[in-house]
Amino acid sequence: MWAFIHKLGSPKWFYRISAKLQPWFWVAAAGLIVTGSLWGLAFAPADYQQGNSFRILYVHVPAAFLAQSIFVSMAIAGLVYMVWKIKVADMAAAVMAPLGAAMTFISLFSGAVWGVPTWGTWWMWDARLTSMLILLFLYLGVIALRGAFTSRDSASRAASVLAMVGVINIPIIKYSVDWWYTLHQPATFTITSRPAMPTEMWLPLLLMVLGFYSFFIALTLMRTRSEILRRESNKRWVRELVEEGQ
Amino acid sequence: MQVSDTAPVASAGVALGEPGGNLMVAITATLKRDLTLMLRRRGEMLNPLVFFALVITLFPIGISPDPELLALIAPGLLWVAALLAALLSLDSLFRSDYDDGSLEQLMLAPQPLAALSLAKVAVHWLLTGLPLALMAPVLGIMLALPAGSYLILALSLALGTASLSLIGAIGAALTVGLAKGGVLLSLLVLPLYIPVLIFGTGAVQAAVFGDGVTAHLAILGALLAGALIFAPWAIAASLRISING
Amino acid sequence: MSLRLHARNLACERDDRWLFQGLDLEVRGGEIVRIEGPNGSGKTTLLKILSGQLTEYEGELFWNDTPMRQAREHFLANLLYLGHAPGVKAGLTPLENLKWYQALSGETGNETARFAALESVGLAGFEDLPAGQLSAGQQRRVALARLELTPRALWVLDEPFTAIDREGVAALEARLVAHARAGGSVVVTTHHELAASTALRRIQLGQGDNLAGI
Repeated sequence: MWAFIHKLGSPKWFYRISAKLQPWFWVAAAGLIVTGSLWGLAFAPADYQQGNSFRILYVHVPAAFLAQSIFVSMAIAGLVYMVWKIKVADMAAAVMAPLGAAMTFISLFSGAVWGVPTWGTWWMWDARLTSMLILLFLYLGVIALRGAFTSRDSASRAASVLAMVGVINIPIIKYSVDWWYTLHQPATFTITSRPAMPTEMWLPLLLMVLGFYSFFIALTLMRTRSEILRRESNKRWVRELVEEGQ
Repeated sequence: MQVSDTAPVASAGVALGEPGGNLMVAITATLKRDLTLMLRRRGEMLNPLVFFALVITLFPIGISPDPELLALIAPGLLWVAALLAALLSLDSLFRSDYDDGSLEQLMLAPQPLAALSLAKVAVHWLLTGLPLALMAPVLGIMLALPAGSYLILALSLALGTASLSLIGAIGAALTVGLAKGGVLLSLLVLPLYIPVLIFGTGAVQAAVFGDGVTAHLAILGALLAGALIFAPWAIAASLRISING
Repeated sequence: MSLRLHARNLACERDDRWLFQGLDLEVRGGEIVRIEGPNGSGKTTLLKILSGQLTEYEGELFWNDTPMRQAREHFLANLLYLGHAPGVKAGLTPLENLKWYQALSGETGNETARFAALESVGLAGFEDLPAGQLSAGQQRRVALARLELTPRALWVLDEPFTAIDREGVAALEARLVAHARAGGSVVVTTHHELAASTALRRIQLGQGDNLAGI
């Protein structure tokens, strides 16, 4: 059992296995995203209230899902790194942070664009948007903390602790922001949670969500691989790899 | 030179001791030490309070002296200003101990580090959070906060700043090894302060409108309980990381 | 009485650089072990590992034949570590500083013992001055007073001779030897040349990747 976990965590093994996995996720991501967006943008029916502007949901929702999932994955990777000292987990956490921040930004930006036709303004202190904004700050904090240390080992540990502290706080923040929002603006229209979305609307959404997740996994694998090469560049197996390539 | 095989019995300096000194002695001594240190630098202790008063002065000047408007936004203003004032003093929580090496020694004490750091955080709250809470009603008068909400204002701040000190100490512990940790500390800690801010202002607003405040205070208490359970471990782990940076 | 700290195949990597690898070492009661090596060879890091502060290392560390992770509490109760920084609070008097250190190990201690300890390091008459008003050497002496005050078997001292005048150096050296004779052990790094004695052993760091010294 332990041997297996450590084998899984060995950079060399991860590098080899991820090379095999990576193409599948890229193919899945491309297929799902292309199908989903064609379906969602061209074929799904227009919304009876919002018309065609609702279609931004096909980007907004998957990005928002992913933004939250990435933070959780990052915290789990941090925990794995802290408990079992598996370096690959930290490398994955390091590459996930900017990706998560980018997803959070995309979901905020698409939310703002969506706000123009829906609310007539670029920004509303909507509960979801506010939570997303706070999530963005949490991401920026983790990235900044990692960058602030001169010793990379310390940076990794500090970023792991902060990610774990953040992930405990995310549900609390979400709950309190929701509470705050209902207190100040009872029963207004929120952009995503609406009852009874017809099948032909949510099915492409499902494809998009799955596509985004595949894209995230593929990109994380790819960037973790290059991070492995960068950090392990003085190890023998990497040098042999380079020589083989030449 | 001959090292004798039989160790001299008389020398107490070399007998192996057993762990299990009194934890309360260590905690009390740490509380006392930090209190003494802070009280000897009274000027530094007053800074957050002056800052609090100053920021509150800026708002009527920047927005409007209209009492009705001020009364409306007073709960939020007071809470945000107190939160920033508490944040301001956080950077120094572990910094001087880090610089003079006593933090290293604190970690090598045969006592749980989480408990000892909790003692340090308690002193921080006692000398910043609590005075801020006591001072807030005075500033509330200046912002035309309706009478009847002063007690709740002080109470919510006293409860809330305890959570803020605990959460903030995690950030302070993470950044203590960095030469310029101040701004970074705010970036790390402020997002985590939001729930406390929401329920803190919520309590005062409810008091202003004459609604029940027990729910708000209960949630503030729950947040504090959660912070008391989790934060000491996170602080201890963060200190261990920083000391080896 | 048993006192045995030993490390097997100790290695420490910091940011992809091996500070040392394959280090075996043993410290027993009655020994002074001097860690030697050029700057940056990992002396301080080794002391931090041996004093249980740094847990990021490879290899195994035992305290009285128990793995360090399990023996940590017992180990800390018998350890006195003095680092680069003396750990003396400028805002407190020497007496208050010592009092806190005693309390950290859970003892209330008594004032007479603290006065005696300060006197033994040549600080009689300075007991009630804020430590911030003392010189660097005097502050170091406050820290060294803990050697007298808190009876611990294992001393791990990182450059203890820094900032101390010549007489102080001689006194401290005599103190280390006395501690070893009494059955205690000392692990020390220093640029000061220690007088040869049978108790003294040297461990050399920073000569290539694989080394084990004695």
